[in-house]
Amino acid sequence: MRVEGTLSLVAYVIRRDLLLAMRRRADVLTTLFFFVIVVSLFPLGVGPDPNLLRTMAPGVVWVAALLASMLSLGRLFSADYLDGTLEQMMLTPQPLSLMVLGKVVAHWLVSGVPLVLIAPVLGIQFNLDLEALMVLVVSLILGTPVLSIIGAIGAALTLGLRGGGVLLSLLVLPLYIPVLIFGAGAVDASLSGLAFQAHLSLLGAFTVFALLFAPWATAAALRISME
Amino acid sequence: MLEVAQLECVRGDRRLFSDLSFALGPGELLQVRGPNGAGKTSLLRMLCGLMLPAHGEIRWKGSPVKELGENYYRDVTYLGHLPAVKDELTAEENLRIASGLDGIEIERREAYAALKTMGLQGRETLPAKVLSAGQRRRVALARLLVCGTVLWVLDEPLTALDRSAAGLVQSLIAGHLEKGGVAVLTTHHDLHLQSRHLELGT
Repeated sequence: MRVEGTLSLVAYVIRRDLLLAMRRRADVLTTLFFFVIVVSLFPLGVGPDPNLLRTMAPGVVWVAALLASMLSLGRLFSADYLDGTLEQMMLTPQPLSLMVLGKVVAHWLVSGVPLVLIAPVLGIQFNLDLEALMVLVVSLILGTPVLSIIGAIGAALTLGLRGGGVLLSLLVLPLYIPVLIFGAGAVDASLSGLAFQAHLSLLGAFTVFALLFAPWATAAALRISME
Repeated sequence: MLEVAQLECVRGDRRLFSDLSFALGPGELLQVRGPNGAGKTSLLRMLCGLMLPAHGEIRWKGSPVKELGENYYRDVTYLGHLPAVKDELTAEENLRIASGLDGIEIERREAYAALKTMGLQGRETLPAKVLSAGQRRRVALARLLVCGTVLWVLDEPLTALDRSAAGLVQSLIAGHLEKGGVAVLTTHHDLHLQSRHLELGT
């Protein structure tokens, strides 16, 4: 049976990457525990003043999410690159950007979604109220896909380079700044009793914009890296 | 079917080959030979579009490969130096997923039959990391049984294989050529197959 249609390849790549992630659970868990530990260190370091913790919470959770996503980005293409699978993926009878899209979605499901799920629990450590917790979760749902999508460009550009991990952070972290500002800003606004919808709308717009353009850029970067 | 005109390959500041032209029709096999570093793998990667030639053109069924884009890959199977076998997956999963990415989803039954032909009966559900180098190469080669493509580009397909498996691969290629397929390969082994030769680096 031929795999026809553009979406079936995307679904196929997602299924494959999720299966691989299931077989390598340690990778997923390290990212998640890194996030939990970084966020939990702050209350211990700054002291138990509830007001101070509440003001810090949005920034701390979001910065930890950015760093956690950096941890897993290095593996996005490198494992497939090293065993030759990436070469084969470039030779599929479908546009390479669709394969990239599939890999990015799988990466988000494996490294982004667990952060979203654990974030409310961590938020309680910072004395966030229910509304702020909800806004935090929604902002992470809208914002973490951008981390995977934009990060994939950096991962593709640094593929096969020695010390690529550090270079990857230098390339990608500055691009995460808008997401950080509006993600943390939404929670901040909710904490000060202001309207937060505009922040969330902008985050959603970033995700849509990145989804439209980044897979092409990533595919082009992969072609350059593979030559 | 496959035409190559005035192809030139430059790696860094070295010109590996230039003005290379040949044409292959249905049922023809081209064996690329030459010393290490002569550009055999580069030529094969160019034929698949993984590398761009510095100069010259590759045409498939009359149209330039550059214009065919992804449609070209419906007709091509490439097996490179790296076997593209994932350690975490079993032999069967490796074969089915590799084939699915090629655009052809196969049943478990077909995968088992292909692995049996490659001499991997009883090892279908073992993770690839416990297989030997030769067995992993066999898993990779099993793709040739299920791919159904016209052009095979094989980079050192006989590496790490024992004598019987090497014979099996050669008979696979012979069957492919009989059906009107085209194949390009590099190898340092002696082939029993009738083939045309291309010497690089002389």
